Amino acid sequence: MSDSSTKSGASRRAFLKGAAATGAALGAAGAARAEGDPLITEVQDWASGFGDGVDATPYGLPIEFEDDVVRRTVEWLTADTISSINFTPIHALDGTITPQGCAFERHHSGAITLKKEDYRLMINGLVDTPLVFSYADLERFPRVTRTFFLECAANTGMEWAGAQLNGAQYTHGMIHNMEYTGVTLRTLLEEAGLDAAGDLAGKWVYVEGADASSNGRSIPIEKALDDCLVAFKANGEALRMEHGYPVRLVVPGWEGNMWVKWLRRIEVMDKPVESREETSKYTDTLEDGTSRKWTWTMDAKSIITSPSPQMPITHGKGPLVITGLAWSGNGAITAVDVSLDGGVTWQEARLTEPGKPMALSRFYLDIDWDGSEMFLQSRAMDDSGYVQPTKTQLREVRGLNSIYHNNGIQTWHVNANGEANNVEVS
Amino acid sequence: MSKFPKFLMATAIATLTAAPAMAEKLGLGRAATDAEVAAWDLDVFPDGSNLPEGSGDVLTGETVFSENCASCHGEFAEGVDNWPKLAGGEDSLADEDPLKTVGSYWPYLSTTFDYVRRSMPFGSAQTLSDDDVYAIVAYILYSNYLVEEDFTLSKETFTDVVMPNADGFIIDDRPETEYGTFTERCMSDCKSGPVEITRNVVFKGDPNAGADAGEVETTAPAATDEAAAPAAEEAAPMAVAFDADLAADGEKVFKKCKACHKVGEGAKNGVGPILNGVWGRTAGTIEGFKYSKPMMAAGEGGLVWDTESLSGYLANPRNYLKGNKMTFAGLKKDADIEAVLEFLKSHSQ
Repeated sequence: MSDSSTKSGASRRAFLKGAAATGAALGAAGAARAEGDPLITEVQDWASGFGDGVDATPYGLPIEFEDDVVRRTVEWLTADTISSINFTPIHALDGTITPQGCAFERHHSGAITLKKEDYRLMINGLVDTPLVFSYADLERFPRVTRTFFLECAANTGMEWAGAQLNGAQYTHGMIHNMEYTGVTLRTLLEEAGLDAAGDLAGKWVYVEGADASSNGRSIPIEKALDDCLVAFKANGEALRMEHGYPVRLVVPGWEGNMWVKWLRRIEVMDKPVESREETSKYTDTLEDGTSRKWTWTMDAKSIITSPSPQMPITHGKGPLVITGLAWSGNGAITAVDVSLDGGVTWQEARLTEPGKPMALSRFYLDIDWDGSEMFLQSRAMDDSGYVQPTKTQLREVRGLNSIYHNNGIQTWHVNANGEANNVEVS
Repeated sequence: MSKFPKFLMATAIATLTAAPAMAEKLGLGRAATDAEVAAWDLDVFPDGSNLPEGSGDVLTGETVFSENCASCHGEFAEGVDNWPKLAGGEDSLADEDPLKTVGSYWPYLSTTFDYVRRSMPFGSAQTLSDDDVYAIVAYILYSNYLVEEDFTLSKETFTDVVMPNADGFIIDDRPETEYGTFTERCMSDCKSGPVEITRNVVFKGDPNAGADAGEVETTAPAATDEAAAPAAEEAAPMAVAFDADLAADGEKVFKKCKACHKVGEGAKNGVGPILNGVWGRTAGTIEGFKYSKPMMAAGEGGLVWDTESLSGYLANPRNYLKGNKMTFAGLKKDADIEAVLEFLKSHSQ
C-alpha cells in the first residue's frame, strides 16, 4: 500500500479482513447466554401492543434517544448569540446530506422571520431594467436542483494556534451540505438584461440580505454567471429561517459568508463595494502583517468524524469503521487517504460514490483495530491535483494569525481505551 | 479578460444535463421605481462616490456615540467585554495577537460609514440620520488619532482622511504561493519514525464548561458547576397573572431588547441586566450588574418596576431617567409596550 496504484486492493483486503472479524464477533456475542437474550426470548411490549398512530407528529422530529445530535455553540467565542455561530454535529451524522434541523447557523443580527408574501428581490445597477421580483415570480423561472457544501471561512479557525477544542463538531462543524432548488443567478440577471453593463470583464455583482446586519458581499460577475443559485428549497423542503427563509444565495465552493441569507438585492457594478465583511472580516492576515483579501474559495479539506473526541471507540479491539467527510471548493474530491500513525504511512479510504464538484464526499476505512494507540489523520485530494496540506505546511506560508481558511490535516489521538483527543504531532 | 463566456445561453448539449435554457426573457417581475432603488441601494465606495449629503463633527460624534454605541463599544471605542474594539491596535498586525480595529486594520473609510449607516446600532439598525452617521464616523476616527478634535466629516472632507492600513492588503495569492506546493501524495515513510504529540488540546472537555475545565488532565472531569458563570437566580416576588397570547406578541417585540437583555432559564447579565423577575423588582438591584448612578439612586428612592414605571421607561428611556445606561431609543407604539410588559410578566412567575 505504498503506491497509489495498489490502493483499491489494499482497501479491499482491509475490508475483507474486517468482515471476517465481524462474523467472529457476532458468533461470540450469540453464545454469551445459554438461556438466550431476553430481548429475543421474551415478548417485548413493542412486539405486543400498539405504537403511535399516523399523524401523532405531523412534522416528525428525531426520536428522543437521538436528542444529543444537535447543534452546539461555544458561548465564549462571541459576545452574544444574536451575532454568533454554532456547529453541526458532524461527529454523529453519516452519509453526505446534512439535515436542515442540525445544520450550523451563523447570524450577524439574528435569524429573522420573513414571510414569502413580504419578500422582495431587487436587481439594480448596470442592468437594462432594474426589476423587483416577488417570491411567486421566482417560482415561475426555470428551476434547477443541485447539491453543494457550505463552509464558513472560520471553520477550524480556532485551531490555527494549536489544538484548541475537543470534538469534530467544534473543530470542523461550521459546514453543511444540502440539495438546493432554485433559479440560477444567471437567469435572473439576464431577465434584467446585461447590455447596460457593456463589457463584462471586471464587473461585479453585489448581493445583500434583508436582515438588520444587511450583510453584503461583492462577487465577480464571472462567478455570478457561472454557478450561483438563488435558492428557495433545501433537501426538498423550504429553507429554515436560520438558513435564510424564504430565499438565500448559493455560491458553490466559496466561503459561507457570501451565501447571503434573506437575499433582497443584487446589484451589477463596475467595482466592488469593499463592505465590512470583505475587508475587516474574512480577510487573512499573514505573518508580516499584510492580509490577503478576496480569498473566496474553500480549499480541499477532510475530517475523520468517527472515531473522534465525541465518538470514542466503545467496543474494544476488532472491526472498526473509520469514517469522515471530504470536500473542495475547487472541484470534486478524487480520493481520501487515512493514516493511523500520524502521517508516516497512508492508505486510501473508500468513497461512497465518485466525488461531486463542491459537495461533501463520505469516506470509510474498515480496519481490524488491535487496541493500540492511533494517531488518526485524513487527507483529501481534488481534481485540480491539490493535496490537503498539514497545519505545519499552512503555517509556513501564512503564520499563525490567518483565522480563516484553515484546511490543515487534523489529528485525533486515540488511546488504548478508545478515547480520542485533539492533538498536534511531530 | 473573463474566462467565462458572456451572454452565452446554454448550448443544446448542456441543456440535456444542466441548466435550463431560456430562449428569451420571461417578462417576470416589474420595474423597480427610483424611490425603491434609493431606499435599498445605500452603497458607498472607497472613492467616496454615492455618499449622502450631510456632515458631522467630532464633538457631536462623541455625544451621539455615547448615546448609541458606547454600551457595547465603550465610551472611547475601546470595546466592552467581547464586543468589537473600534480604536487602538496601531502597528500590531504583525504581532502574535494583532488588534484589528477601524484605525489599525480597516483599509477604507467608506466601509465604516457604510456599516454604521446600514447595520448599526446593533438591534436598531438604520435608525440614525446621515448627519449622525457622519458624526459617529468622525468620532471613531478621532478615537484612533486619525483626525483632530475640530474635524468635520462630509462628502467634501471624506477623501482627506488617510487610513493607516490602506495598503495592507494583497489579492488572494494562494494559486501562486500554495497550490503548486501542496501536490505531493506521499503514501509511506512520509515522516521519520513514530510521531510524538507536540500539542495537547487546550479545552479538554465541553468547551462551554469554561476555560478552567480545559487544561488537559484526562482524569479531571469538567468543573462545570464552578466554571459556569452565575446563572440568573431571581426569587419571584409574587405570582403575576398574565395574558399568554399578549405575552407571545410581546416576545416578538422583545427581539428589540434581546441584544442586551436576557430572560428565561440560564439567563445571565449581558450589556443590560437579566429581566427574569423584573416585575415588582426594585430598580437597580440585580446582583453583579453595574448600573448607572441614576438607576441605583432611583431604586434607593423606591422605584419599583410595574406597569406604570415600565411603560414610562420603555416609551422614552432617556427622558424617564436622565443619565441611565440604556441606549435604547424607546418603543413608539403603546401596543408594543403593553405586549412586552405582558411578556416580562410571564418571566416573573
